[in-house]
Amino acid sequence: MTTVAGAGCTLTDLRVALTGSDVDVVDEIDIELRPGEVVGLVGESGSGKTTAGTALLGYARHGAVIERGSLVFEGQDVLAMSWEQVRPIRGMKIAYVPQDPGAALNPAIRIGRQIVELLELHGIGTAEERLAGARAGLREVGLPDDDEFLARYPHQLSGGQVQRVALAMAFLPRPKVLVLDEPTTGLDVTTQGMVLRTMAELCRSYQVAALYVTHDLAVVANIADRVAVMYAGRIIELGPREVMFSQPAHPYTRALLDAIPHLARARALTGIPGSTPGPGRRPSGCRFHDRCEYVQDRCRETEPRDVRVGQDHTAKCVRVGEIGSWDINRGNVADTDPHKERDIILTVEDLHVSYGRTEVVHGVDFDVARAEVVALVGESGSGKTTISRCIGGLHGEWTGAVTFDGRALGKGARARSVEERKRIQYIFQNPYLSLNPRLTIAQIVARPMELFGIARGRAARDKVVELLEAVALGPTVLDLRTDRLSGGERQRVAIARALAAEPDLLVCDEITSALDVSVQGSIVALLEDLRKTRGISMLFVTHNLALVRSIAARVQVLSAGELVESGFVVEVLDSPRHEYTRQLIGNSPTVA
Amino acid sequence: MSLMGVASTTRRLGRQPRLATGLVITLVIAVIAIVGPWLAPYGENEIVGKPFTLEGSWLGTDYLGQDVWSRVLAGGGSILLTSVSATALGMVVGIVIGVVAAYAGGWLDEAIMRLNDVALAFPQILLALLVLTAVDQPAAWMIVLLVGFSHAPRVARVARGVALGIVSRDFVHSAEALGESRLRVVVAEVLPNMNAPLLAEAGLRLTYSIGMVAGIGFLGFATDPGAADWGQMINENRLALLVQPWGVLAPVIVIGIFTVGTNLMADGIAQLAGRGTG
Repeated sequence: MTTVAGAGCTLTDLRVALTGSDVDVVDEIDIELRPGEVVGLVGESGSGKTTAGTALLGYARHGAVIERGSLVFEGQDVLAMSWEQVRPIRGMKIAYVPQDPGAALNPAIRIGRQIVELLELHGIGTAEERLAGARAGLREVGLPDDDEFLARYPHQLSGGQVQRVALAMAFLPRPKVLVLDEPTTGLDVTTQGMVLRTMAELCRSYQVAALYVTHDLAVVANIADRVAVMYAGRIIELGPREVMFSQPAHPYTRALLDAIPHLARARALTGIPGSTPGPGRRPSGCRFHDRCEYVQDRCRETEPRDVRVGQDHTAKCVRVGEIGSWDINRGNVADTDPHKERDIILTVEDLHVSYGRTEVVHGVDFDVARAEVVALVGESGSGKTTISRCIGGLHGEWTGAVTFDGRALGKGARARSVEERKRIQYIFQNPYLSLNPRLTIAQIVARPMELFGIARGRAARDKVVELLEAVALGPTVLDLRTDRLSGGERQRVAIARALAAEPDLLVCDEITSALDVSVQGSIVALLEDLRKTRGISMLFVTHNLALVRSIAARVQVLSAGELVESGFVVEVLDSPRHEYTRQLIGNSPTVA
Repeated sequence: MSLMGVASTTRRLGRQPRLATGLVITLVIAVIAIVGPWLAPYGENEIVGKPFTLEGSWLGTDYLGQDVWSRVLAGGGSILLTSVSATALGMVVGIVIGVVAAYAGGWLDEAIMRLNDVALAFPQILLALLVLTAVDQPAAWMIVLLVGFSHAPRVARVARGVALGIVSRDFVHSAEALGESRLRVVVAEVLPNMNAPLLAEAGLRLTYSIGMVAGIGFLGFATDPGAADWGQMINENRLALLVQPWGVLAPVIVIGIFTVGTNLMADGIAQLAGRGTG
């Protein structure tokens, strides 16, 4: 690697370890950031991507310490500097945009004041110049610069505006290097699109070298010039974006790409078996060997070095060149045929839902057929979760008619018959909240069987084992509590609990949005299998249009509590009729 | 309190110096109070010498010439039993009120909590005194009831706060969607997740109970005027504080140590709860 002095920065052989142990969080990180270029650092949870990102500021979180490595910036090694020497560089020359900027802004200070304060801190300009600078900064990120806006408090801004204020503050001191830590997580696609475009423009026009840390491959595919993929504390592959998404060399990168859904075509998503090992639990040799489909004996013994694959493209795999080429179309499947006979099981007519006096859903109609997946898509506040909660019996303030298998459904769960409660099962978004932490897995999964008189005692336990097997969990977890499981495993338990009731309709509320893509891939594959083998219908609530393409037959697009478009997935996504749908599709980040 | 909560707390004891210290102090005092009567060198009402002298065993004699040390050893049982029962009663009633209010929500929650606020407005000891002055010779159960019920509204506030954070969680919604009975949702889903904060509250309430029961004894509302009782002993011997301070100091010190112990224990549990008990 070559570095032009004074431009960008070069991180070499970085090792961050847990304090007082030789357990590494990240190791052997080499990455060069060039001016005007965005490098996407992608990894699943536990891969060490945030640790690598903050190391660029010479910082390691509490409990971790930078043990080795150098960060050459403007001819100096930042990691070798003392605390006092690093301080003026942080924020000024190497800036950072946090994941949750709402938490980084002081809620009691007006926006204008906070920006001016930043310039004061760095001793830039006179009072008038600072105010003018603050206005200019806000203009750059596409925000209003009038006094009214400057006088607002952070809570008076939307999520996207807060994120852009954070961007403005990061760019104001004209940094040379910028680290962005998942700055668009939690934003709607439209807002995310705006923030990403602003960021990319600013980086190019000010020749900033940016590191964009994220778990979202699709986002990286849209904004990064180069992509680094992290796994278990190592950068396992690094290369130019086009190459990384068309000819990935490392088996992990390939598996990740196989796991992500595409907007343009339906794919049979696959997950990666197992989960990303955290610090201290990483295997020897190649750290991916225990999950790799191309594993050989030598992978278990020797740690792979960087292998040059092409121009600017390296991968840490001993089998580069031996494992054939990767085809993006490998997982393609046909879209669901729109002309197939539909046997309707759930009908929703003229559904109006309110919370107190506010009506949030205004007259929605749709239906779900047997063994069919229907997606409800929309941005936050569109009412998609609200509708699913009404159908699941969790919210009772609605009017209209919801008919399930020929009978009108009662409003809350208690207004429904045992049979109806059994046949409709709801799966929640966050598996960290939806399972009682005091109960064991066996107790959780067996409960619906006891309640609905399906099985009890010994028989119930046997069925629990079967169900856990169906969701790819072994019997070893039976007597564990949920705190011993990863997010993906917890969600599998939640699915097993829903299946225990032997339902005909699963209401899935964003059930993969809290999970890593490789886990999402396997959950989607599992649901598809359940649909086929058990003939279960699903109402799938999501904000991810690409996911809809791979999982659903029909889609309902919601905006502000109204259905703007509905129909077969292939028709809606390929030839959207409504402007909102077009906009949503246009803003959705996608890899191809 | 479920056994599971206690067991998991015990496992963590080694790493919790505050909790461990509190627990050890509390247990030591409790053991003294329980087996004390058998260790006492003299009987609880045995006259061993002149009043307010340093005769008898090492702490001298009290206003009737009874042995102070023996009476300290003998006088803890009643206070311990009364305050523990009162705490248990207060916890149970308070938890029921708080959890029902939190789980019911809406107007019922409002109604219960406003009534609760009215009860809270009474100073704790006042209510007890009101009743105790009306009866001649209060029975032990009466003191338990009075102290217990005076705790209930305070426990209810805490219990409701804790329960509110749990009833809105998805696993509770999930149980409701399945059609579980309300009682089962409360007992199986909500209560087990309240263990740690409630255990901390119980420790704190025990501290207050000891103080209150001792206070009631000190004010002369003893169930048995002749019997040894830490609170009552302070009252009996306070006239001679300058001549024979041990008659007052000895019970004061044990009560003090006991409350510090229970309070440390409560603090330790609260700390543990703050960090989350998986």
